[in-house]
Amino acid sequence: MIARIAAWLGERLPLAALRELASHKTVPQHRASVWYYFGGMSLFLFFIQVVTGSLLLLYYRPSADHAWESVQFIMTKVSFGWLIRSIHKWSADLMILFLFLHMFSTFFLKAYRKPRELTWVSGCVLLGICFGLGFSGYLLPWNTLSFFATAIGTETPKVIPVAGEFIVKFLRGGEEVTGATLTRFFAWHVAILPALLVTVLGLHLAFIQAQGMSVPIAVKAKPRPLPFFPNFVAREALAWVLALALLASLAAFFPAELGTKADPFAAAPDGLKPEWYFLFAFQTLKLLPATVMGIEGEALGVFALSLAGLLWVLVPFLDRRSARGEKSPLFTALGVVALVFFVGMTIYGWKS
Amino acid sequence: MEETPGSHPPGGDDFPPGDDGCTRRRALNAFLASGVVATGASVAYPLGRFLLPPEQAESAASSVVAGDKTGPFRPDDFPVNTGRIFKMGSKPGILVRLPDGEFRAFSAACTHLSCLVSYRADKKVLWCACHAGAYDLTGRNIAGPPPRPLAAFTVNVKGDEIIVSRGS
Repeated sequence: MIARIAAWLGERLPLAALRELASHKTVPQHRASVWYYFGGMSLFLFFIQVVTGSLLLLYYRPSADHAWESVQFIMTKVSFGWLIRSIHKWSADLMILFLFLHMFSTFFLKAYRKPRELTWVSGCVLLGICFGLGFSGYLLPWNTLSFFATAIGTETPKVIPVAGEFIVKFLRGGEEVTGATLTRFFAWHVAILPALLVTVLGLHLAFIQAQGMSVPIAVKAKPRPLPFFPNFVAREALAWVLALALLASLAAFFPAELGTKADPFAAAPDGLKPEWYFLFAFQTLKLLPATVMGIEGEALGVFALSLAGLLWVLVPFLDRRSARGEKSPLFTALGVVALVFFVGMTIYGWKS
Repeated sequence: MEETPGSHPPGGDDFPPGDDGCTRRRALNAFLASGVVATGASVAYPLGRFLLPPEQAESAASSVVAGDKTGPFRPDDFPVNTGRIFKMGSKPGILVRLPDGEFRAFSAACTHLSCLVSYRADKKVLWCACHAGAYDLTGRNIAGPPPRPLAAFTVNVKGDEIIVSRGS
């Protein structure tokens, strides 16, 4: 039966060519190959986000009057609603975590070097889109914590010269964080950013397919090829099953909280913190004095972080040594500094 | 990680089949398949249950005071030869005042495709505009596609209120 369906399709589609491609696709095997799995893990978690997010859309209502109540309804009345929402929240956190692991491993193995500069840049864009998804999704339950975190987060661009006021107004859909902001964030979260993400993801994967996996500079011997199908796929599948088990455990033991409904005219609560992946920036800006050498500290911090981010995206074009296939200790050192700064500031922000 | 594809002998070759003919490969395949099925089921079940909307607390009241969002209808303000839609719990009902002043109430959902019926004063019928269905003033389907009569309710006027009840 299956053979007949395959034959029917084979007369209409280039199945034989695809099978040929799959049978020749390999993944190099060496001591750093374990890092090849993290991009696929992030992709798996993105699938989970699409599925659970679509399910939540069946009951969620994006308005200031109904958002919190509809999430409460999901958590208390809908069968397994608490599970779907908790998995959506945990999968978002894990996806960002795996993206960081994927990014830093790519950085330290210099996989961004020529000819894969565009893969790196597209990956950075994907991370930025995921930050946007995290930031916009955080507001949607319309609880006290998310309301004030969004008020602070959208206030930050105000220090940008000239365009600051406009950016804040654009983000909020008005002067303040209101129901208009909620509707706007909802549109970004469920339509605009996912569409962008899928587009850039397609490019990212096409680059990888066209160029194959990067082998680290330090691996001198020609690595043994591991067939992509079924060997690599089977291993990746095992990683996905483990990720699913981890997600289900986290969601069951630490379900997502709802908090109290946002009240725009209440005083800001204690212990206000952004999502963990924004903590390093949040903490950096908090530590800066009001003025540094006559410049507003906040403005200087935003400028410095933006510049660092831009340099990070441009690393493949700046690192000339690894582009020639030579070891590049300077950039390894810079990567260590960035990693230590990121992890240190995140922990500091978490503790304080 | 030291593994060369194809270096293992094909499944079961170094372990002869047992008395029942079960090879190692077959046993492993059975374990793998049941694992996949169990994982699939434990994902599919919550997803399926989530898709089904939760039971809404429906008004179990078997009798209501007829009214709409403007408030309860008053017998004195209800002209003869007219009909009005009211809420019978969460479902629509229609209350009709006959030319002789008598009140009658029916389910307002047409038995054809559940459009809301209205009272046609000119023809003195309950009329469904969707497909030109008609019911007489006992709820009996008399013209058009409706397959069954409209369910009739009992009406009692008590002082200022019009009480509509299910059943007799």
